[in-house]
Amino acid sequence: MTDYVIELQDINKRFHDQHVLNNINLQIKHGEFLTLLGPSGCGKTTILRMISGFEQPTHGQLLIDGKNANNLIAEARNVHTVFQSFALFPHMTVYENVAFSLRCQKLPETEIKPRVFEALQIVKLADFAQRKPAQLSGGQQQRVAIARAIINRPLVLLLDEPLSSLDYRLRKSMQVELKQLQRKLGITFIFVTHDQEEALSMSDRVVVLHDGQIQQIGKPREVYENPANLTVAKFIGEVNIFPTTVIAYQNNAITVEIEGQVHSYKSKKAYLPEDKVNILLRPEDIRVYDTTEVDDTNDMYPGIIEEVIYKGTTVDLMVKLNSGKVIHAMEFFDEDDDSLVYTLGEKVWIQWIRGWEVILPHEA
Amino acid sequence: MKHNNYFKVFTLTSIWAWLSIFVLLSFCMTLIASLLTPNEQTIFSLPFTLSNYTQLFNLIYVKIFLKSLYLALLCTSICLLLGYPFAYFLTKTNEKYREFLLILLIIPFWTSSLIRTYAIIAIIKTKGVLNTLLISLGIIHHPLQLLFTNTAVIIGLVYNLLPFMILPLYANLEKHDQSLIEAAKDLGATKFTIFKRITLPLSMPGIISGAILVILPSMTLFYIPDLLGGAKSLLLGNLIEYQFLTAHNWSQGSATSMLLTLLMGLLLIVYWHSMKKTNTKEFS
Repeated sequence: MTDYVIELQDINKRFHDQHVLNNINLQIKHGEFLTLLGPSGCGKTTILRMISGFEQPTHGQLLIDGKNANNLIAEARNVHTVFQSFALFPHMTVYENVAFSLRCQKLPETEIKPRVFEALQIVKLADFAQRKPAQLSGGQQQRVAIARAIINRPLVLLLDEPLSSLDYRLRKSMQVELKQLQRKLGITFIFVTHDQEEALSMSDRVVVLHDGQIQQIGKPREVYENPANLTVAKFIGEVNIFPTTVIAYQNNAITVEIEGQVHSYKSKKAYLPEDKVNILLRPEDIRVYDTTEVDDTNDMYPGIIEEVIYKGTTVDLMVKLNSGKVIHAMEFFDEDDDSLVYTLGEKVWIQWIRGWEVILPHEA
Repeated sequence: MKHNNYFKVFTLTSIWAWLSIFVLLSFCMTLIASLLTPNEQTIFSLPFTLSNYTQLFNLIYVKIFLKSLYLALLCTSICLLLGYPFAYFLTKTNEKYREFLLILLIIPFWTSSLIRTYAIIAIIKTKGVLNTLLISLGIIHHPLQLLFTNTAVIIGLVYNLLPFMILPLYANLEKHDQSLIEAAKDLGATKFTIFKRITLPLSMPGIISGAILVILPSMTLFYIPDLLGGAKSLLLGNLIEYQFLTAHNWSQGSATSMLLTLLMGLLLIVYWHSMKKTNTKEFS
């Protein structure tokens, strides 16, 4: 047993003249829940199809369990896929669907039967063995697809946007179920999605892909709180960006001007004066105050409420600053606070907690 | 809105009228004719009788019926064996060539099938194109006697009916979800297993509709056995033709036609059931 169950080394993929993947290097650990996250066309599905054996890399090497798998056909790889459309065989019963891979190995039916029921029990569908896929709900079909893929105890389970065809509520409960299932089975899950919330809530590690390149690999918290670049910051969650120029760098802090105010912010990375940087703030890091609530407006920015979006647990505000820039703030409801009532055109002060900002160099 | 409604009523009425006159009415007339007594002067007359039907159990008719059925089944099997691979590879072909191949398949329809059957005679007759070619190439030394044999009838039927097998098969195979094939591969199935356990069962509706479209005309296309099979080859189709036009026994001809209609009805029931099997939810 090697350290990594899957290893992608300098993987490149070209379709005709189009670069789909560029220098992908990725190591996937045993028993890990890894998510490939990115917008459509970023190459995430291509990586998945490469691991399953439906695509071959133009350059580079793919290792499965430490062995070169570049020329291994899909049928011979010990990885199974849960397809986006589930791809259940419509003419077979749930039992026959789940038994398919075992029957392909010509195992005796006496061995197949208990294993099928074991797999069906794991996904809580043992009572549905004799149904046809068309007689099941979307969530049940999803579970059959999972049972069919795990029955052969694969090294890796590949999941290609498996939740995208389910409705919101079902998707939420399947997220929890999948996570629990992965813990129970201890199989490596490689999950592909374009839904950042899904990626953050389920994965041990997230790989953010954009334009065929890996932008960042990290724990969900890392990619959200410390995005490696603007692309990652913009793709994962909402973000307010203040582009500005470094005035000075000393004592591990940069001095910059934002909206007419000059302040210093901690920065581990060193910058030179005149360097262009972006100050990033998440909407939930921004505090909004009523003009009557504050006495000391030093370090605060005046603004006008442009839009109020009530969302139940939060209220989203669009605040127009003096420069005309509109920023997005998110306020959480608090039992003791009745000041969360805003009217359009109201004058407010905004502020953020020092140190919660993210500083990134300018990208051309 | 209202205008639309008139159009709907008009369309439906005309279809109903058309079917009532040319299908239902003629069916009833045939049914009545089959129950009347044959008569030399007036073609048929009262009283009603079942003798036209009981005569169908005459050994000669039973033999003709069985021979027709045998040839029709043989023709259908050959069409399936030739048509399935064709339709299958058609779906695998590049889109550009696919259209071209489909057009090639349909082009012969632009010529009357009667004329095409005469062309077959020109090819397979004793001093025809085929024999001349084979002899000049030294493959055979005596001309093959193909014309006026069952083989000739089969060749003619298969040639005429093959597109009716290919088109529904192609329509079915083209709709197959490629992700099912990938899923099967992913689960470790070989090409042969995928074909046997996924593609073939899923194409059953296509096979059945193709088979029905071939087997029915192959029992009734009377001019093909007439022209290619000669006087010896009496099939159900030319039997009916003979009863009406040569023997002037319209009642007998009508009874034979009814038998054929009954057979067609049975086949449609089989077809309908097999469709229900693949589509409905409670089947398990």
